Amino acid sequence: MKCDILIAGVGGQGTVLASRLLAASAVEAGYFARTSETIGMAQRGGCVVSHVRIGSQKASSIIPSGMADLLIGFELSEAARNMYRLSPGGKCVINTRAIKPVTASLDSKSYDADRVYEYIKANAPRSIFVDGYALAQKAGSVKALNVVLIGVAAAAGFIPIGRDELEKAIVCNVSPKYVDLNIKAFNIGLEYVAAAGENN
Amino acid sequence: MAKKLLMGNEAIALGAIKAGVNVVTGYPGTPSTEVLETVARHNPGDIYVEWSVNEKVAMEVAGGAAYAGARALVTMKQMGLNVASDPLMSLAYIGVKGGMVVLVADDPGPISSQTEQDSRHFARFSNLPVFDPSTPEEAFEMIQSAFELSEQVQLPVLLRPTTRICHSCSTLDLPEMGGRKNIEGFEKDPRWVIFPSLSYRKHIQLEELQEKIGDIFSEMPYNTVTGKGSKGIAASGVACSYAGEVLSSINADVKLFKVGTPYPFPSRLAQEFMEGLDEVLVLEELDPVIEESLLELSAKNCGRARIYGKRTKHLPYAGEYSYELVRSAITKFLGIDEAAGRASINLPPPLPARPPVLCAGCPHRASFYAVKTALRKQKAVFTGDIGCYTLGNAKPLEMVDTCLCMGAGITIAQGLHRAEPDARHIAFIGDSTFFHTGIPGLINAVYNNTDITIVVLDNGTTAMTGHQPHPGTGKTMMGNISEKIDIKGILSACGVKHIAKVNPFDLKKSVEVVKEAVSHKGPSAVIFEAPCIAVTKPSIRQVVGDKCTLCKKCIREIGCPAISFNGEKIEIEPSLCYGCTLCSQICPAGAIGGADR
Repeated sequence: MKCDILIAGVGGQGTVLASRLLAASAVEAGYFARTSETIGMAQRGGCVVSHVRIGSQKASSIIPSGMADLLIGFELSEAARNMYRLSPGGKCVINTRAIKPVTASLDSKSYDADRVYEYIKANAPRSIFVDGYALAQKAGSVKALNVVLIGVAAAAGFIPIGRDELEKAIVCNVSPKYVDLNIKAFNIGLEYVAAAGENN
Repeated sequence: MAKKLLMGNEAIALGAIKAGVNVVTGYPGTPSTEVLETVARHNPGDIYVEWSVNEKVAMEVAGGAAYAGARALVTMKQMGLNVASDPLMSLAYIGVKGGMVVLVADDPGPISSQTEQDSRHFARFSNLPVFDPSTPEEAFEMIQSAFELSEQVQLPVLLRPTTRICHSCSTLDLPEMGGRKNIEGFEKDPRWVIFPSLSYRKHIQLEELQEKIGDIFSEMPYNTVTGKGSKGIAASGVACSYAGEVLSSINADVKLFKVGTPYPFPSRLAQEFMEGLDEVLVLEELDPVIEESLLELSAKNCGRARIYGKRTKHLPYAGEYSYELVRSAITKFLGIDEAAGRASINLPPPLPARPPVLCAGCPHRASFYAVKTALRKQKAVFTGDIGCYTLGNAKPLEMVDTCLCMGAGITIAQGLHRAEPDARHIAFIGDSTFFHTGIPGLINAVYNNTDITIVVLDNGTTAMTGHQPHPGTGKTMMGNISEKIDIKGILSACGVKHIAKVNPFDLKKSVEVVKEAVSHKGPSAVIFEAPCIAVTKPSIRQVVGDKCTLCKKCIREIGCPAISFNGEKIEIEPSLCYGCTLCSQICPAGAIGGADR
């Protein structure tokens, strides 16, 4: 089984933990996993990308362009920036909240979130858009955005790993005092998809 | 054996623990930092671990331990090896008794470094062997082999991963960790004292060893020749992983030479690889080290194979390699046409640029703003240094006019001042950098009475590399509390006559303090003291009230990532605001204040 998952976002949003959780749960499920992350040089506020490759013993840790099976976008424009890495027919889970960088505020260049949204929708028809911050806030903290988005992707069947392994990875990799909050956020993500399914 | 997901740097650290390492030293530097941190985290209790004050010190502490027969590991990034190159060059002559591994992480790209220098040259320059891992799991094995080789040839050995190895995770089988190496102790002997006559004799031995080590390397499993045909690819590091992935997706007869130990070159195995080849493609990041070794070997044997790489402009020197770049080079080399059938991607609409910025609430922003305000109408140059505060060069602060290398802010300012005495010269330096290499430059300014102002940005941590302790914090990697080294005391002991300490979030006072320091004749210093926001709790977050006149001074002047204009009003993102109050202190309408009012 092979599955390549790309995570794109803004430094500080928790993308590194997201890729570690996905890879750790894959190892738990008996697969060989690799990841590659952006770490260091005050990455806060900058573009960050994490790669998760499941079933990748003989591959490198970086997903080649046009090969990602799933793109988890933590921020709208960062998702759009990395669409070229998605395989034809690849799936997306996208947090709809736009984060406006300082540069965009300074030169008053607009960040046309609607256009970016339309672009993603047109180029990745199998996308789920979700107000991840609102759901994370419901769990108790916006910092749980990463686990909410993983929950959404898992419930949608976009990740080839069971819920039990994902939950175990959360318990083993998150600081003990935040485990409850993260499990709650994960479940809110799972329920979001179930509720959306019922509404359709 | 349990399967575990480990980062390359964690794998290296656990490999060192398994190899029985006794002493680990280093200075933080991306992408090497997590190696030492992981040893400290998994310390069974009998490993001595320290963050040293700089890389030269770390290298010498590790060297001393190895003199006594301990297994020692010293960690740093590539520019750190420049600082530590003095002891490294001499250690190659003196040698070691216990195994000594120099972990030096290179950063192709560069992703977070000043240069793209290739540490394999340092191996060649110093005549020391170097291992170059292509995956985290290989790095785990290599560090154990490096310790063994070091003891076998009694020389320090380099292990040189790159960012994509250090910061990639892989699935590893973790065996039992084993115990420490038994330390024989230091034996007094003339071999430990470097004199010209000894150096001459050692130089002869060192040169003789090179071929022997090359032969040892030819037998090691890190160097392999596979496949067949008249075309061959030689590859190393992460480029080798990319090449393997490309070759598994195309059907072609090609020989692959994986080089895991680039220096001394495994010539015997390389010769086997070159046999029967007409053309060779070399895939290695940074400099053409393997390419040049193959060219040399080919010339020596009057070989006819054509060797393609950086020297022939088939591949770039600068920047990191990617799967796509390697694929394109290989398919061209093998004559495979890939242009047809490639799906084109629709380009996205214009997306906002997103360079890294100082965090919301960062004390450096307040410090820069205070200095900028104090010197508004004066001719002034602001020299910077290495740390988060290098980001102060970005708009709208624009307060870092120069940045060269660790400790150079204070010294470049002195040179600028000698050339242009009528201008004000302000040197910014962080607390960890101050201890690293700031102090000699400080003494130089006092000794030569150079009229500069040194601004120490003391946030109480080594922030950029992930909050490591340093001499000013009074904490050590052994979990002990030690004497805090007082920066103000050092400035004073070095003879600085005008020293002031201020909290940068008191803007009015900060501006006054800077004005006074700058007007002082001779070297002066200001210490801005406020902790890094990543290690403190937020204060009362700020909100914009009705009095806002939309003058946008807050956006125009301080560049806080929490503040934006949504087309109608100014907003402060509550999840980002730390309540530093800088925006409310500069708001001319008094419209910004704490959310609790």
